[in-house]
Amino acid sequence: MVKLLLILMVFLNFYALGTSRMRAFIQVCGMQGLLLGMLTFSIHDHFVWRHAAVALLTLVIKGIIIPAMLFRAIREVRIRREVEPILGFVPSLLLGGIGTALSMIYAERLPLVNPLSDTLVVATSFSTILTGFILIVTRQKAISQVVGYLILENGIFVFGLLLMQSTPFLVELGVLLDVFVGVFIMGIIINYIQRTFSSIDTTHLETLKE
Amino acid sequence: MLPLVLIAIPLAGAAAAYLVSSNRVRPALLPLVTFAHLAATLYALSLPNPAVAEGWLTLDPLGRVILLTVSLLFSGCSLYAFPYLILHVTRSNRILCACLLSMLAAMSAVAHAQHVGFLWVSMEATALAGAPLIYFRRTPQAIEAMWKYLLLSSIGIALGLLGSFFLAYAAMAGGQEASLFFPDLIANAPGFSQPWLRAAFVVLLIGYGTKMGLAPMHTWKPDAYGEAPGIVGAVLAGGLTSCAFLAIVRFTMIMNAADQGAIASRFLLILGLMSMAVAAAFLTRQQDIKRMLAYSSIEHMGLLVIGLAMGGAGIYGAMLHVLNNALTKGLLFLAAGNLHRSFGSKSINEVRGAFRRAPRSAVLFFVGFLAIVGSPPFGPFLSLFSILQGIFATHHFAIGACVVLLLWTIFISMGHTVLRVLQGGAASAPAVDERNALITPVALLAIVVLLLGVWLPEPLSRLIHEAAAFVEGRS
Repeated sequence: MVKLLLILMVFLNFYALGTSRMRAFIQVCGMQGLLLGMLTFSIHDHFVWRHAAVALLTLVIKGIIIPAMLFRAIREVRIRREVEPILGFVPSLLLGGIGTALSMIYAERLPLVNPLSDTLVVATSFSTILTGFILIVTRQKAISQVVGYLILENGIFVFGLLLMQSTPFLVELGVLLDVFVGVFIMGIIINYIQRTFSSIDTTHLETLKE
Repeated sequence: MLPLVLIAIPLAGAAAAYLVSSNRVRPALLPLVTFAHLAATLYALSLPNPAVAEGWLTLDPLGRVILLTVSLLFSGCSLYAFPYLILHVTRSNRILCACLLSMLAAMSAVAHAQHVGFLWVSMEATALAGAPLIYFRRTPQAIEAMWKYLLLSSIGIALGLLGSFFLAYAAMAGGQEASLFFPDLIANAPGFSQPWLRAAFVVLLIGYGTKMGLAPMHTWKPDAYGEAPGIVGAVLAGGLTSCAFLAIVRFTMIMNAADQGAIASRFLLILGLMSMAVAAAFLTRQQDIKRMLAYSSIEHMGLLVIGLAMGGAGIYGAMLHVLNNALTKGLLFLAAGNLHRSFGSKSINEVRGAFRRAPRSAVLFFVGFLAIVGSPPFGPFLSLFSILQGIFATHHFAIGACVVLLLWTIFISMGHTVLRVLQGGAASAPAVDERNALITPVALLAIVVLLLGVWLPEPLSRLIHEAAAFVEGRS
């Protein structure tokens, strides 16, 4: 079950790298949020209240609230597609593929606590983080960069699964807070950018340079 | 109890600033709260060092240096902010005052934090409080600067979290108890899984290095410092960066405890030299006085991590330089803010002949310039000298030569820009508006920077020595 969810996660990474439609892009990020919630729930054999609460919070915030906010944002500023990314969709897919392969190899070489179960988690985490980076660097719309950042965070959260038993609640809570506040603020800024430049294309944001 | 008070004072001030409805009354809260904070800080520093750091919030010798730096800087800036905001009374300063004070609260939390997670949350709070400050002017450029700042800070913060996860996993993989309190981490570090510990250090260095503004993660800095009001530039360049440096020092201590110090030093050196080189490159023919200060800040962050990498006198120098750099940057940003206000521009094409047209701001700006490039008799001279001593005492002659060469290049390029600002201009150009209230606080900072160079009070000297000994694990 856990393996299936993790593989789905990597599959969604590829989908995010390859799609140009904004709605699908946001849906990917939301679905990863849902997957994360389910993963948090199912990674332990026995039922623990604390983990269940975290799982539920993740599911609601990452899977429902944030995508809803992003959907609202694109409806207000009327964008449907990511046009002309700095790196084309096929090259970014290729890069993502190479990155995922490298993550697998790298994860196998690291000393893990439970090599059997942890390898796939670590590899998925690295691959997702890398996908997030690729998206942030190569996409031009402010909102695509926010989604890229969220995917990066999803990757970090996947790694956090390994630490659910040992890390304090604070760190778990910190993740959720970060996502919520980050997107909230970025959402406000997108509104500001929109109002001032009448577009949310970050290529307009290049008056400040040497 | 005292740590909580130090965090609660500015936090309560922030809440009050948010609730007060008058634009004229609100700025008065700033000096009131920061000086209360300074008094509490001085009282906290007068208490003996704790034998062992217990619990979530403890002020250890390292935290003391940062707390003092931040508190002094904010006090100086608040004296300036009060008349500045009264002059700009038409624009609402509610968000600015509330965010400045929240930032002070978050920075006090950073100075006290003894837990990796708590440190991370506090750093995140400082980053969030910074965003509205950069946006104070509400211009399109300010939006752009804030967007870059937020995107890069969020990535930096996210990597900081990932690094903290790696650290916890290093403990688990080494079969150690996964306690994330710094004293435990240092005690248990030798038993950690070393590959994971190294990975953790690299990710943490990049994450917190982004907040500190080390090259190549520095790109938000010139924009943010350039577009923000001078006072915001001052608290970011002096306070935020010092807090990020504190985090990097703590993680370096863990690496040293695990006998991985050589690797940590190598990474710190690479980033440090790269920062200095980037600063030197972009300072050449710099046209904008605030962007010039931003690159100078990148340079000095580089110097701090080089000092940390060297150990011995280098660490002492770095600790002292945290204080000197912060106060000098405060002086420079406020003086530059005065020039910006007087001339209505920050480009050296329009800010000309300042010696004649705005003599007092010009002299203060010049004093700040002399101090920051490390000329005697100002504070930074002593700390830079200590860092260089640390480099040569450990026989890193090639690195020492690079650093000296870069310092010299930066001195010439900054001098070029600064002299263009101060001299020249048509003889008939009229004098510009200079307010006494905006000069006095800057002059006070200049006096402190000068005093630190000629006479280091005994308690302060002991504070710095204790911090250096603590970082080296000798205490």
